[in-house]
Amino acid sequence: MPVTVKTFTSTHDAAAALSSDRSARYLGGGTLVMRALNEGDISISTVVRASDHAMTRIDATGSRITLGAGVTFARILVERDLAFLHAPARSIGGPAVRNMGTVGGNLFAPVPYGDFTVAMLALDATVSVQGGLGGREIALDEFLQSRDRQTGVLVLAISFAKPGSAEAFRYRKIARIKPKGGAVITLAAHLPVNGSRIVGARVALGSMAPTPIRARAAERALEGRSLDASTISAAAAAAVEGTSPGDNALASAWYRREIVGVHLKRLLSGQE
Amino acid sequence: MAKTPLQFRHNGRDVAIFVDGGTNLLVALRELIGDMTPKFGCGQGGCGTCSVLIDGELHLSCLTLAETVAGRSVETLDGLKEGPNLHPLQRAFADNFAAQCGYCTPGMLMAAKALLDRNPQPSRAEVVEAISGNICRCTGYEPIINAVLAAASGGRARA
Repeated sequence: MPVTVKTFTSTHDAAAALSSDRSARYLGGGTLVMRALNEGDISISTVVRASDHAMTRIDATGSRITLGAGVTFARILVERDLAFLHAPARSIGGPAVRNMGTVGGNLFAPVPYGDFTVAMLALDATVSVQGGLGGREIALDEFLQSRDRQTGVLVLAISFAKPGSAEAFRYRKIARIKPKGGAVITLAAHLPVNGSRIVGARVALGSMAPTPIRARAAERALEGRSLDASTISAAAAAAVEGTSPGDNALASAWYRREIVGVHLKRLLSGQE
Repeated sequence: MAKTPLQFRHNGRDVAIFVDGGTNLLVALRELIGDMTPKFGCGQGGCGTCSVLIDGELHLSCLTLAETVAGRSVETLDGLKEGPNLHPLQRAFADNFAAQCGYCTPGMLMAAKALLDRNPQPSRAEVVEAISGNICRCTGYEPIINAVLAAASGGRARA
């Protein structure tokens, strides 16, 4: 069924169009919305686009990094300042998907996709959104909890503090098909260290709930401790707490619960 | 609903068509321009057989809103051959038995072209990565990887 395509030069106008029409969806790279249209999703009658260059801007020069919602994974892979994000960016799709898929769209990707958002969640990212009434900043954690109600807002950018060191940020995607495939589970951890103690531990999991989630029990097991064998074992044992994985063709919920601690242990120990 | 006029370059030739809102580039190429070389596989971005180059960059035409290519250059397998002669990649695919049922071949060739255009001497791992978004259910991939490597080394021999 044909849909109406509306293209705006200003994000403000695009956000107004989105918020005033429940059947409108924002088209970023196309990997989610075009797929829905190809499948005959009749809930979409309007496609909204914005050509504002701010949507594709990368600011990675300072200690706080901002990625425009329209930044593709291929662009992240050529940014030397974003080397710590190359592993999550490379773990998504093949080259064509990485040329198309965007950071903003990934926030809405359902299981078994959305790997980049898992990395963003571990980095305590903040999402800039523009609604019909104005713009605001919202913690990614909070954004994801109400993701289904966020279709009427326009995501402008995502920002986060750059990890203090390369070892502080870790990422691991478990997939059956290499180098490309949907995730069995995805894990990311940010472990800033003060002296020898972890301060502000963040552990994020993908495919362990309908949206990426924080593994808060594992974070508590890491907080204030040094990353030794007993701390790693305690965090691994707590990884499954608070999760609600589902069954799909890649793995059962039971299997996901069984392996999440194993892979968190490997991630924290630096094992391949 | 009113159709939208759309102009772009298709394999070096200017084309002008009218599209319905929401039409994907694959449908525009096949049904409105008559270029049947990009294939419809999954419609979800999972198989890669609809792959085309947009301004030299590999994209999935089934997930590309046709209107977004206005004023841009789209290359498909149909534009790969040079007059009556096969492109070196096409020749290498034939010589290395890299096509069996042939359904994935258009996407494989475009993914391989995207690789060789920016990296004329890729390693085997780089070839595997370059075609990782393209599914083949016949060959087991080895002949395809070998064909891309053969085309790359053929280019070096000519140079």
